[in-house]
Amino acid sequence: MTHYILNISPVAILVHAAIPLTIILVYALVAIWAERKVAGFIQDRLGPMRVGGWHGWAQSIADLLKLIQKEDIIPTDASRFLFKFAPFMMFAASYAAFAVIPFSSSYIGSNINIGVFYLLAVTSVLTLSIIMAGWASNNKWSLLGGMRSAAQMVSYEIPTIATVLTVIVVTGSLNLMTITEMQSGNDILGFLPNWFIFQNPFLIVAFVIFFISILAESHRVPFDLPESESELVAGYQTEYSGMRWAMFMLAEYADMLLLSLLGATLFFGGWNSPFGDFMSGPFWSFFWFMLKGLLLVFVMMWIRWTLPRYRVDQLMHICWSILIPLSFINLVLVALWEVIF
Amino acid sequence: MVSAFKNSWITFKSIFTGMGVTIRHFFGPSVTLQYPDERAVLPKDTRAKLYVNIDDCIGCNLCARACPVNCIDIETVVATSDVDLGKTSTGNPKRFWLTRFDIDMAKCMYCDLCVHPCPTFCIYMVPEYEYSEYDRTNLIYHFSNLEPAMVAEVKEKAEKEAAEKQRQREEMMRKKAEEAKIKQMEAKKKAEENNSGENDAQSSKPENGDP
Repeated sequence: MTHYILNISPVAILVHAAIPLTIILVYALVAIWAERKVAGFIQDRLGPMRVGGWHGWAQSIADLLKLIQKEDIIPTDASRFLFKFAPFMMFAASYAAFAVIPFSSSYIGSNINIGVFYLLAVTSVLTLSIIMAGWASNNKWSLLGGMRSAAQMVSYEIPTIATVLTVIVVTGSLNLMTITEMQSGNDILGFLPNWFIFQNPFLIVAFVIFFISILAESHRVPFDLPESESELVAGYQTEYSGMRWAMFMLAEYADMLLLSLLGATLFFGGWNSPFGDFMSGPFWSFFWFMLKGLLLVFVMMWIRWTLPRYRVDQLMHICWSILIPLSFINLVLVALWEVIF
Repeated sequence: MVSAFKNSWITFKSIFTGMGVTIRHFFGPSVTLQYPDERAVLPKDTRAKLYVNIDDCIGCNLCARACPVNCIDIETVVATSDVDLGKTSTGNPKRFWLTRFDIDMAKCMYCDLCVHPCPTFCIYMVPEYEYSEYDRTNLIYHFSNLEPAMVAEVKEKAEKEAAEKQRQREEMMRKKAEEAKIKQMEAKKKAEENNSGENDAQSSKPENGDP
């Protein structure tokens, strides 16, 4: 934790901006390929096999090259500026949030004291960009998808924030680096790491609620109503093609990773090694952190190929009449636990 | 409250059951066949394409007659007496030139009915299924191995021999007819001689006797 660099030299700023961007881009290429492989394996298929030799590892690169060559279609009646702007705004929103994620014990983009708050605030711009895309497309599917998405994200932000708040009650800090550092060490039952998921039974409940909410926030099955391809064509993405559509895809996967990494930071000890001091340098801490995040991403993919989609009213029912009351009750219980123990 | 817990328990149980099923398949074997690289092992009696071992065909036309869709077209020419076409591997003598043996696989419905009547087992299905064509006429398979010139020659020879045989038969017929005539004449003469001897006795039958 040596240098939370604030050397305001342009080069340093560029380097700081480039590191999460590189991680996101590489991750997106791997994750899109991995998603197809996971889908294939779960359905007893093989998934992409031909591009690039070993298990079609270059499939995403080939897809990217194809998307670059595609025509950039803008509907005649679309609101041109907003239509063109929406995908970039969406990606910017997820990308900006990576600034406060502590990737390793010695690297965090910006070590600010309101990290979690900043992250949740910036990601709510996603809702705005999705509505922007849906409305600017001048297409009924896009508009319906955008509206559904707005309703869904606004609703599910509440249980997400409530569960994040339960962790904040325990830590007393909004700084993600501090939150991670508080989970160092292996003291629980003598061997378990000091992760918050093991510290308090109510935090397990909090994690379950948090996980369900981030599934909904990142539009993953069973809550993929904004882009439900079987009923809304592709939701707010319907009119997009080529690289603009690829930006949506990238933003979606970045959002998935962001929320998984947030979950890993809040509940699974962030960059802390599960073996105490063993394998815990700056590099290993990055490894453990990405491993935890990618495991959560894998669970998201796993759930996608297991569960069917919810109806809109069921989605709202789950959020407003189950998750929100439960998360607030849970918040009180965690607070009581903290007072008593 | 209790029912809410019960419901959530049932829900989570069913979700985890489902996830158990999917993860089992995730680690289970795949059923995909990497088609151009690997091919399915087909059963022995796969009906995919008709093949004719033309060396064993005796031109009996049984397969063409068995075909429900008339996709087999056979033309045979009788072998002339100066050539010996040999025998099939099953020992049947070959008596015909096969000037045409066409199978239209575009018409074929893979019923296998032509295979069983064959006395020399020379028409059968082979497990080859990659024979798509851009033009339908390319699906007509020509199994006859005779050159067009050979076909013409064979036909000419066969016609000649047929004509010769016809001629010989006519000759023979004529000879037979002549012989028969001579015999009849002789018989008549004899009869007349006899008649002249017994003329008085048979005068009651005037139609029998010439004046």
